[in-house]
Amino acid sequence: MSQSYNRGLIEDFGRWREFSAGMWAWIFHKFTGWVLVGYLFTHIAVLSTALTSEAAYTTTIQALESLLVVRILEVGLLAVAVFHILNGLRLLFVDLGVGLEAQDKSFYASLILTGVIVVASVPTFLAGVSI
Amino acid sequence: MSTQVPEQVEDESSAESVSPGKQKRDAKKRERAERLQEQREAEAAEKARTADDTYHLKVFRYDPEVEGKQEPRFDDFYVPYKQGMTVLDALMWARDHYDSSLTFRHSCRQAICGSDALFVNGSQRLGCKTQLSDLSEPVRVEPLPHADVVKDLVVDMEHFYDQMEAVEPYFQTNSLPDEDEEQRQTRENREKVKMSTRCIWCSACMSSCNIAAGDNEYLGPAAINKAYRFAMDEREGEEMKQRRLEILEQEHGVWRCQTQFSCTEVCPKDIPLTEHIQELKREAIKNNLKFW
Repeated sequence: MSQSYNRGLIEDFGRWREFSAGMWAWIFHKFTGWVLVGYLFTHIAVLSTALTSEAAYTTTIQALESLLVVRILEVGLLAVAVFHILNGLRLLFVDLGVGLEAQDKSFYASLILTGVIVVASVPTFLAGVSI
Repeated sequence: MSTQVPEQVEDESSAESVSPGKQKRDAKKRERAERLQEQREAEAAEKARTADDTYHLKVFRYDPEVEGKQEPRFDDFYVPYKQGMTVLDALMWARDHYDSSLTFRHSCRQAICGSDALFVNGSQRLGCKTQLSDLSEPVRVEPLPHADVVKDLVVDMEHFYDQMEAVEPYFQTNSLPDEDEEQRQTRENREKVKMSTRCIWCSACMSSCNIAAGDNEYLGPAAINKAYRFAMDEREGEEMKQRRLEILEQEHGVWRCQTQFSCTEVCPKDIPLTEHIQELKREAIKNNLKFW
């Protein structure tokens, strides 16, 4: 919208402390969505090594899994995916017009559930796969 | 609270038909009175600043026509608190006692006219419906975001009204009742549109909406709610509903809504705006979905 002067970020992200639950849900959903799109490309790249040979795929995966950074990133990926799924379910209910009064609570619930699942997954991921 | 300050009555009737000596004396007297008045005001302001039961307001100031105010700034006002004082009351007190050029819209002071939607402490609220005691100090009062500021707290509402008009916000029907008969609405149907009729056109929702901020053509929550009020009214008939849905289904209609719930959060009349928008989305789909 045109402005008679520039109020800068004050109108938008400069106010992040005052954002409500629905706004945070929207921002997180956008962010996790883009992360998942980005991951899709690396996912395809890694899978494509199987086109050359079985051994190439195995060595690639083993090399990646041996890096601690990769295993930590996997935890992050799980967090992003789980939140996107849970909030997606929440949005399905919103679209159906079910429980719109509790939309903030369902957002908090999906956050907490994401946290629990991610924390529970940490040992598995950090241990890595032993082949 | 009065809009006029009672002590500031000035006597101007004695200017004519008096000797020049008296005029001079009068002028001097007036000057002295003015100085006294100024002093008294300064004292009052000082007292207000130091007293316990005052509220500290930071009010946005901007006026493109006054040289010193072209650069937006915040002015501090210290307003003595009275029980039940609203943000609007405090603004009026500040205007009456500190700066008569402080500009803001207000009319009914009871949350019906929808003139005084302001951005108070980071959220859109009606000044007359917001108790000072519910706010943390300093109370920041700003004009509505995402709108052109005309002066101080006054924003240009023209765009908002255009969007409201775009949905034809009035009752229209092709099926009129017989003569001498009333156009009755069932109780259930009235109950369905009840909340949507409460809109007071204050533009708080429009200002809070992130999508409306980025997309100038988006109808906005208030206009869609207005359309809901009539589209759901059974007395208008199928044909009219079709016409209304055609307006709403457009690219910048209901589908822009991304359910951030900002509008529902700020609506001073507690209208479930997101719910209404979502329902119209479902209506639009049902309208276009055909299985054959």
